[in-house]
Amino acid sequence: MKTLLIAEYREGKLLDSYTELIAFSEKLGAQASMFVVGSREQLPAFAGRLYLADVKAATEFNPAVHKQLICEVAAKEQPQMIVLPHSSYGWDLAPRLALALKAAQVSEIVDVRDGQLVVPVCNGKLQRQVDVQTELTVATLQAGAFPLKEAPAGTPEIIDLAVTGSSDLTFSGYEAAAAGEVDLGKARVIVSAGRGIGKPENLEMIKGLAKALKGEYAASRPVVDAGWADHSRQVGTTGQTVAPKLYVACGISGAIQHLAGMKKSDFVVAINSDKDAPIGEVADVLAVADLKQLVPALTEKLQA
Amino acid sequence: MKKLLVCIKQVPDMESRFKVNTDGTWYEETDLAWRMNEYDEYAVEQAVQLKEQLGEAELTVLCIGPDRVKETIKKALAMGADRGVHMTDNESHLRDPLAIASMIADFARQQDFELIFTGMQSQDRGSAQVGVLVAELLGIPALTTLVEFAYDQGTITAKRELEGGSRALVSCSTPALVTCQLGLNRPRYPTLPNIMKAKKKELASLPVTDLKLPPAQLKTAAMAPPPKRGSARILEGDTGDVAAQLAAVIKEKM
Ligand SMILES: Cc1cc2nc3c(=O)[nH]c(=O)nc-3n(C[C@H](O)[C@H](O)[C@H](O)COP(=O)(O)OP(=O)(O)OC[C@H]3O[C@@H](n4cnc5c(N)ncnc54)[C@H](O)[C@@H]3O)c2cc1C
Repeated sequence: MKTLLIAEYREGKLLDSYTELIAFSEKLGAQASMFVVGSREQLPAFAGRLYLADVKAATEFNPAVHKQLICEVAAKEQPQMIVLPHSSYGWDLAPRLALALKAAQVSEIVDVRDGQLVVPVCNGKLQRQVDVQTELTVATLQAGAFPLKEAPAGTPEIIDLAVTGSSDLTFSGYEAAAAGEVDLGKARVIVSAGRGIGKPENLEMIKGLAKALKGEYAASRPVVDAGWADHSRQVGTTGQTVAPKLYVACGISGAIQHLAGMKKSDFVVAINSDKDAPIGEVADVLAVADLKQLVPALTEKLQA
Repeated sequence: MKKLLVCIKQVPDMESRFKVNTDGTWYEETDLAWRMNEYDEYAVEQAVQLKEQLGEAELTVLCIGPDRVKETIKKALAMGADRGVHMTDNESHLRDPLAIASMIADFARQQDFELIFTGMQSQDRGSAQVGVLVAELLGIPALTTLVEFAYDQGTITAKRELEGGSRALVSCSTPALVTCQLGLNRPRYPTLPNIMKAKKKELASLPVTDLKLPPAQLKTAAMAPPPKRGSARILEGDTGDVAAQLAAVIKEKM
């Protein structure tokens, strides 16, 4: 089997996620080639053919042009699978490739079982094993699902690509996340509020517990989106990555995008009324309870 | 008058207890509470805001699925959409994203939509493909994962959300399709008068003809709960007892 791995280059950097593409390809026992819109100054550690389009010509975000370049490479390499990270770059580009190449797309792969791709359903509460009917598959990989065991090694054989084609959209640069009111990276204890708090007034009890534990309070995305907490307090892929000694998740279901930001915490306590909530997968202790009752009771016990 | 389309999906409440159905292809649908896909709430809100901005515009809401999805269409009508289209399809949960996208594109092709809104993904299947595929099938630009959106005289200026919370600044001309990310706006709650008004709005049903659909690209070989990796200690029962046990565990760790 042959794979074509699509590495991602963003804000002037080759992203480490290319190593997960390699790990996945190795797991399939496939022979890989790679494509990147990037620069010779930052090459992946990869022993194979690397198709390189200069970022100055192709620009970092330009789906129509990247699609066309990848289609050209696919015509040469004839892979059975084209693999991308399931990231803002990958999930935007993958369906375009799949349609152009008459391939099926399998999104956010977390595992390979019986030679078939496995994807999450319903916030990871179920998994689906997929049987692909097309000759070519476009695959996107959940971040972190396929870690590479050893440091990547090798020097690629570079094949430069000429960039042609035009785009139907304009990309004009990046805007950094706004600096916020807190640096969660320094906190030893984090007490985090999820949608399960129900209303903004209940954030007070989360703050109270954080105070009793001499820590900071944080939040999952819906709490930030609703305007109840500052964005600098959001934990997850599109917020902060934290690794405190203690992380207390209150009313947080444990979506993969949240887990990505806190799973390196030393000790995780989850307070959730749903015993099946996926947060239980990473928690050391799961207290099955209504947080509105348990959080004040716990705070009181800790202060005693 | 400008025409706008918003495509929505009905999904189960994610706090439900999910069971695999008997043929192992999907989740069992009985005993579930249904709601509008969260991402689509942002799509509906943005579409309604644009309609209000334009003054003169007609917003159609489209949903594919069995009869129960009408309730979700009615919610979008109560949020401010003008007319509903229900593509009746009892098999929609088994179709792959290309089939769903083809159904939407076939519908949209006959009309002259200035802008199509979708959520960036569904909460149950989560493939994040349908919106982009619709745009590619129609040959119009797609801007995805938007957390900011503005429209002025045929130009969309928007921000795509990236990992770590930074954003990419993008723009394109209409006709176009946008996929909406959480936090793009604050979706409104339908008010009682608007729920009443929505009852009088048009809700047309269109049958799905299998003939036009592309052959299935994906089949479900098996469905199961994820293998248990976690080893969480479970505390449950009387709140006072749980609080005492939890306090002891935490004190020991600190
Ligand atoms: C590209 C992308 C990026 C994202 N980035 C992030 C990110 O950075 N951070 C992030 O957090 N999310 C992110 N998300 C969103 C993520 O997918 C989830 O939607 C989100 O994490 C859910 O937040 P939640 O757990 O607070 O809410 P829900 O999933 O709604 O869960 C609420 C939980 O509260 C429990 N609950 C309800 N009432 C009570 C009660 N009284 N007592 C106890 N428990 C209760 C419920 O059982 C449930 O488990 C992102 C999504 C996408 C697509």
